[in-house]
Amino acid sequence: MNDLAIELKGVGKRYPYFALDNIHLEVPHGQIMGLIGPNGAGKSTTIRILMGLLQQERGEVRVLGHRMPSEQIAAKWDIGFASEDMRLYEGMTIEWHMNFIRSIYPKWDAAYAQLLLKRFGLRAAQKIKGLSHGQRVKATLLLVLARRPRLLVLDEPTTGLDPVARHEILRELTAVMSDEGRSVLFSSHNTQDVEQISDRITFIDRGRIISSMDKEAYLDRWRRLRLEVPLGIALPALPGIIGIRQNGRLAVATANVFAADMASAYESTGVRVQAIETMTLEEIFVANVERSREEVEA
Amino acid sequence: MSSGFVISQSDKRPIYLQIMEQIKQRVALGDWAEGQTIPSIRQLAVDLEVSVITVKRAYLELEREGVIVTQQGKGSHVAAIPGLGMRLQEQELEKHLEQAVRLADLLGIGPKDLEARLRETGDRRTAQEEEQV
Repeated sequence: MNDLAIELKGVGKRYPYFALDNIHLEVPHGQIMGLIGPNGAGKSTTIRILMGLLQQERGEVRVLGHRMPSEQIAAKWDIGFASEDMRLYEGMTIEWHMNFIRSIYPKWDAAYAQLLLKRFGLRAAQKIKGLSHGQRVKATLLLVLARRPRLLVLDEPTTGLDPVARHEILRELTAVMSDEGRSVLFSSHNTQDVEQISDRITFIDRGRIISSMDKEAYLDRWRRLRLEVPLGIALPALPGIIGIRQNGRLAVATANVFAADMASAYESTGVRVQAIETMTLEEIFVANVERSREEVEA
Repeated sequence: MSSGFVISQSDKRPIYLQIMEQIKQRVALGDWAEGQTIPSIRQLAVDLEVSVITVKRAYLELEREGVIVTQQGKGSHVAAIPGLGMRLQEQELEKHLEQAVRLADLLGIGPKDLEARLRETGDRRTAQEEEQV
């Protein structure tokens, strides 16, 4: 077995109005991967393919060393999957669901399940139909986490949750990482969640992966430079600068491969560098998507 | 185990820099003694609810600065350098002095005047302390 928990190579699938195109994705063991994309970008389709719930038309998928979808039964013992459209039995209690999952998965950790009930503020005797959206999400996650799977695949686990519930879930996801043999892939359009807990980040838009790298690399490479351009001086084109917005003497340049000598390169042409600012993951994400769309349209 | 670190979302600096600064403070104040074992990268990541790669980055930079030592498989400890805490406090002072010189420069205040201002600040502080006694 190699050191990747998830490996997608050249995966594609076509729909009448949407296509997943040549997806390459790697999640090493022991890491949290955040998958970020706007609505309709292909996050859920990618996740459903790697879970074996949809069959790809092209490309290879391996999860925990198993080929998907052909070996999905063997793979699923060690994968915990949760998504919005997962249904619990409305008329049954949380405890009934816990006993049900426990009867299927021998690795079920009853003590951890009790701890999670307490941490998530849930009562075992509650019926599903009386639960709020946040409580349902937490109950679903409890059922997945207490199995202690080696790989967690979570489709938008924090969407629609209040800040307290979001925080509770992020805490449990990072706690999983105290065991370096376990891995997490989760999708979100909340960039703050992803920025906080992910080791690697993948941006997806319109069915294509537009970028995938270490989180620290993203935050290191992207910068915003505030420039003052004296009259009669043209801004030089520097490598690594992907966008410039100028209004009168003030300009803002965005770098996706920032280098320390950029400031002196500008200054040598008479342009004054007022400030060099770091960017949040959200700003990087939006700039990345805009640039990728411009390239496709050009 | 709780490290007592606080990561601020409104702080514009990257999280790894915030972690570095809080570790340096603990060493400077002597809460983390020279040679003392410190939390592993994964432990601290779980405790702070941030990604492993972020804590790893902070530890690497601190190692480069000679503040901590990480041994493969054995975890990390504060560098066993006598007077390390004091040295970090000196660095902190140096940083503030440089900042003061830079600001003075912007305001057109020369070294002589800055020296006088520094002395005045010191006198004012002594006076305040005497008042409180």
